[in-house]
This record gives sequence, structure tokens and C-alpha cells, in this order.
Amino acid sequence: MGPYRNVLLFAGVALLFVLTGMMQSWNLSLNILNLALLSCIMAIGVNIQWGYAGLFSTGVVGSVALGGLAVVLVSAKPVPEGWAAGGPRIFGALLFAAVGIAFAVWLYRRLKPGTNRALALALYLVVLFFIYRAILDPAVLAVEANNPAQAGNIGGLGLNSLIAWPVGALMAAAAAWVIGRIALGLREDYLAIATLGIAEIIVTVLRNEDWLARGVKNVGIVSRPWPVPMEIQLQTQQGFVTAVTALGLDPVTSSTILVKLLYATMFGLVLALLVWGCERALNSPWGRMVRAIRDNEISSAAMGKDVKFRHLQIFIIGSAVVGLAGAMLTSMESQLTPSQYLPLRFTFLIWVMVIVGGSGNNWGSILGGLLIGWLYLAVEFLGPDAMKHLMKSFPPGALKDHLLDSAAQMRLLTLGVVLLLVMRFAPRGLIPEK
Amino acid sequence: MDILNALVAFLNFIVVPGLAYGSQLALGALGITLIFSVLRFSNFAHGDTMAFGTAFVILFTWWFQSMGITAGPLPTALLALPLGILVTIAMVLATDRVVYRFYRKQRAKPIIVVIVSTGVMFVMNGLVRMIIGTSEQNFTDGARMMLSPQDFKAATGLVEPLAIKTTQAISVIAALACCALLFWFLQKTRTGKSMRAYADNEDLALLSGINPERVVTITWVIAGALACIAGTLYGLDKSYRGIVYFSLLMPMFAAAVVGGLGSPLGAVVGSFIVAFSELIITSAWKKILGYLVPADWLGDGLYQALSTDYKVAVSFTILIMVLLLRPQGIFGGK
Repeated sequence: MGPYRNVLLFAGVALLFVLTGMMQSWNLSLNILNLALLSCIMAIGVNIQWGYAGLFSTGVVGSVALGGLAVVLVSAKPVPEGWAAGGPRIFGALLFAAVGIAFAVWLYRRLKPGTNRALALALYLVVLFFIYRAILDPAVLAVEANNPAQAGNIGGLGLNSLIAWPVGALMAAAAAWVIGRIALGLREDYLAIATLGIAEIIVTVLRNEDWLARGVKNVGIVSRPWPVPMEIQLQTQQGFVTAVTALGLDPVTSSTILVKLLYATMFGLVLALLVWGCERALNSPWGRMVRAIRDNEISSAAMGKDVKFRHLQIFIIGSAVVGLAGAMLTSMESQLTPSQYLPLRFTFLIWVMVIVGGSGNNWGSILGGLLIGWLYLAVEFLGPDAMKHLMKSFPPGALKDHLLDSAAQMRLLTLGVVLLLVMRFAPRGLIPEK
Repeated sequence: MDILNALVAFLNFIVVPGLAYGSQLALGALGITLIFSVLRFSNFAHGDTMAFGTAFVILFTWWFQSMGITAGPLPTALLALPLGILVTIAMVLATDRVVYRFYRKQRAKPIIVVIVSTGVMFVMNGLVRMIIGTSEQNFTDGARMMLSPQDFKAATGLVEPLAIKTTQAISVIAALACCALLFWFLQKTRTGKSMRAYADNEDLALLSGINPERVVTITWVIAGALACIAGTLYGLDKSYRGIVYFSLLMPMFAAAVVGGLGSPLGAVVGSFIVAFSELIITSAWKKILGYLVPADWLGDGLYQALSTDYKVAVSFTILIMVLLLRPQGIFGGK
């Protein structure tokens, strides 16, 4: 094995995708590949936080959801009536709340510590909250009353969803800045607990605030990220149809495959850029400093490194990368579906990818992303088949039905067992950090 | 203006549910804080340990019911509870033996153990889903009401009813009993003292001949038992779905941090702070206010600060405030 070990590992994973393509369908294989590539980008983001700096965040799903929200705000169809009904007022309310909280922070610093300060600030915040609600509520009602069956939201800008990708990264970065300022620098468990909470709140907001992104009614985004065409456009294009029929292919299938290949190329490109940047950063003085802080905070602080600031910086960069991937995901799916943002799928699965691949190593994260990404989705068609096969000789009855049903729940158990086994027996992962 | 009815409505919608929910949270948060002080990590698997224990209590309840054994006016689940506790204790001890002990021997960083505990969380959650499924299971039986609203109205002649569900009363009584027992154990018995000593200063405790493995085992036994009781009470009161226990993690952590991670008394007080804040902020106050001010003052609003979907935001805000203003918590944990 030796020097070829990593190449062999990647070749093995590539073989999995090829086999899926040959035995199931190429559409399915490419679909899994695209989702796995996005998972790789998320894993890179988590690896920046955990592998480079040792920060454990359980709020990955929150960054993914914010990225998705960015796509809606940038690319969804504009709803001028909805916006006119209350859009500016909603943003006024949000601005008012932000200014009010900033003023509270300023007051907190200026006033003398004591019970009086606590009581005065509490009273101020309660009054602030009620004024905020008084500004916000009528606007929200007005927006949601506008054509609720099809709109009921403030709409987006209608721009190409490629523009939404960096916006998603920025939004996730902003959220990370707030939460990092609060939870970093305390015991490291507190970051884990606080990020768990903020992620749940972000997802709850997406699910419940209909004026923002129509809640669970979902927002469809018609435009594709440039330059990806719609399948239907390809099928009506004479040049494409003659070209594929000359090759003896079905125009419908080949148009879907071409679109997926285009996505795969774009995602691969982004991933390659990120890895290039990360490798450069890791091998620069900055990278050495960050790893020094991770390995020994006290001695790095003694060397004059600002540990808290560096942690905040890395936390923000990592979250931004995850937010970018979240925006890419929503723009590929052409729909924001808040109910899919489960911590299991977008927090803990990504963690398993990073740890299995090898924390601290970018190539490890990519390998973990592709491998676990494939496994997670392949279990959907492999699991029930395998269970049926195992149960062939089993006498039919309630127990057999129960076991067959529970095969669908196997995923979670498997993930947990894989995580525990890797943590215990190969804590450095498949491709260890150099 | 009708102060008496307003007071009854306040008791009915805020105080009684708050006491019951606070008691359930307290039993869970006590487990989290004990594990934190002795084993020194935040246990993300605690919510799913509760779900696991409750799943077995439900299975035993069904078994008892099928044999015709019931507890009269009380829920049959109370009879099944001891068996469920035993299973939960066996499970957490096995987990400790197979998973956590390795990292303890290695003296791994706490954050590594936190990640490991998320792995345990998956396994437990997966087991719960395989054993009892993801759908809602109702296993409450016996008398539904301890104080029925009709009786209360008949006895007092007030318009506003006051209802106390049996499960709410049981929650409060069970929490009181468990807390009394636990505090007596920690303060008075030799084993309890050795636990506190170990939590306070590991090296000094080892030096004075305290067996660390024994302390750890007892901690898991207590935390497992409390988790099973808390989960069962919550399931009885609300209705059981294995997957909702994950979302109890946030309020329980908030409660433990508010009181000061590692302080048992703090965990109990913190739980009631979290429970009452949640109810005060997410309840509709229209009915209560309706008795205090003339009817035409109120308009159509529900007078609800946040919708119940944002419960998690309440415990999160409390957590953030504590982290910002007093990270060591009210009672000064670690």
C-alpha cells in the first residue's frame, strides 16, 4: 500500500459510484454524487472548525439552513404586492430590534453593576420586545394575507441563484459571529450546547415564519444557477437532440444526466478551489499558528497569539463554508424545504464524515464525504433488500414484519456505531493528519 | 375585574403545568449535572437515555395490562417503572463499560467524550426507533384527573375551572421524593460524600482512598434511574414519541447551566426557572387578562409573547444570558 494507499481509497470510492451507475442507474449515481460533493464542502467547513482549531459545533444544520434561506431571498420570484404590503415595515422592525439590543449592550457597559442595572435592563428589554411586536405583527399579517395560496411572503429578488451562493456564506458567517462572540472563550462544551440551540431556532424560524420563506409550504425557485439549463430547454433544442440521437441515446435521459453532470462539475470546481485555499492556508504561518493554538492554547497565548480572536475567526470561516454548501444545495434542488433540515442529516452526518475521513486533513474530509455520503443514500435501496434477503428463511409473522420495518431505522444505529468504532479504534481516521 | 377567577386561570394555565414540567426537567437536569460533575462532560445522550428508559417502561406497562394488572386510579406505568429503571441502569452501565471507560482511562479531553456521547445518542435513538417505532404511543391509564374541573367549579362556584391531572401531581410528588432522597444521599451517606469529594477534586479524592470506578458506577446508576423516571413522567404527562426527547436536551442543558453546571441544587432551581419562563412567554394571556380589565380593552390579540413553536428560543435565550452575564451559574458550578 504505502504511498498509494490514499489513491487506492479514492479509487475504491469511485468504484462504488460506478457500480451504482451500472447496476442501478446513472441518474441515481450522479444524484448521490452531487449530494456527496455538497457534503464534502460541508465537511471541509466542519473540518476547518474541528480539525484546525478543535471547535465542536453542533449547529451545522443552522448554517446549511441559512444558506438555503439566502437562495430564497436572492432568487425566488419577486412578490411586489407582498413586499409592498409590509416588507419595508418588517425590515424596519428587525432594524429597530437590532438597534435596541445594541443600545442595551451599551447601557449594560455604561451603568454601574448591581440589582438596579439588572432590573432596569430587564424592564427596558420587555418594553423593547412589545414595541418590536407592535411594529412587526401588522406587517406580517398584511404580507401573509396577500394571495396565501401561492405567495404570502415578501418574495425574493429574482436574481440568478449563482449570486445566492456567496450570500449564503455571508449570512452563515454573520450568525456565526454572533454566536461565537458569546460562546467562545468559555468551556468548550458551551459552544456545543449554544450552537445546538441556535441551529434549532434558525430551523424553527424557517418552518414558522411564512412571510419569510412560506414556512412548510416551501418556496420553489424557478431559475437555475448559471450556466445550468432546464432539462426541458435541452429537450427542445434541435442541436442537442440531433447530437444525442446520433450517439444512440434517449434525449430525455441524456438531458437529465447532462444537467447533473454540469452540477457535478460546478460543485467539483468549488470544492477544488476550497481545498486549494485550505491547503495553502494550512501550510502558511497562519495554519501553523492555528494548529499550535489547537494543540496548546496556553503556550500559544504566552507566545502572544490572541486565542479567542483566532477561534472566532475560524468558527466564522468554517460556518461560511457550510453556508455556501447550504446555498448550493437549495439552488440545486430548486426548492427550500425547511422540514428536511434535520440535525441528524446535516449536523451529525457531516461530523461522522469528518471523523471517519480523518480530522485535520482536507483530503480525509473529502473521502469521508464521498464515502459516507454514498453509504447514507445507498442504504435506502440496499438496506431493505439486504434485510429481505436475510429474512428469507424466517417464518412469516408479526416479528418478521417488525424487523422488516425496523430496517428503515437501521441507518441511525449504523451511523452511531460507525462513529463510536472510529473514535475508539482509529481516532485519526482513514487519511490521518500529517 | 374579577381577581379570584383570574387567579384560578393563572394557576390552571401557568402554575400547575409549570410545576409539573419543571419537575420533569429537574429530574433530567439532575442527571446531566451529576454526570458533568463526576465524569466531567456534557452528556448529549441524556435525552435519548430518557427515551430509551421510557420505551421499556411502556413495554412493561403493556405486558402488565395484558395480564390484567393495573394500579387502580394510578397509571400502570408506575408499577412498570422499577423494571424500566433496572433496564436503563443496565444500559448506561454497559455503555460506560464499552464506551466511556476507555476515554476515562486515557484521560481524554472532555470535548472528545462529548463527541463520543453524540455517538451514544445515535445508538440509543436508533434502538428506541427499532424497539418502539417513531409513532406516538399513549400508555397513560388510571384516573385522568386528580382534581376535575367540574368538581372544582361545583365546590367553589367560580366560572373558571382548575384542573390537576393525575400525571401532573405524580410528577411533582416524584420529583420531590427523588430530590429529597438524592440530597440526603449526597449530604449524609459516606458514598454520597465520596462522590462529592471526587467531583470536587479528583486527585485529592484518589489520595484519600476513594475508589473512582465505584463513584462512577454509582453516578451512572443514579443518572440512569433519574433519566428513566423523568422520561416516563414526561411521557405520561404529554404522550410518548421517542424522537421528541432530543429536543428536551436544550431546556435541560439550559437548566443545568443556569443553576451552575455541576450543582444539583442549581439544576433543580434552573429547571423551574426554565419551565416557568417557557410557559409565561409562550402562553396566551388573553383569558387571564380578560378577568382583570374590561373586555373591550383587549381587542383580538391572544396576548402571547411568542408562539409555542419557539419554546426552544426561550431556553436558548436564558442560556445565552447566563453565559454572557454569569457563566458560573447562580449557584456557582464549574
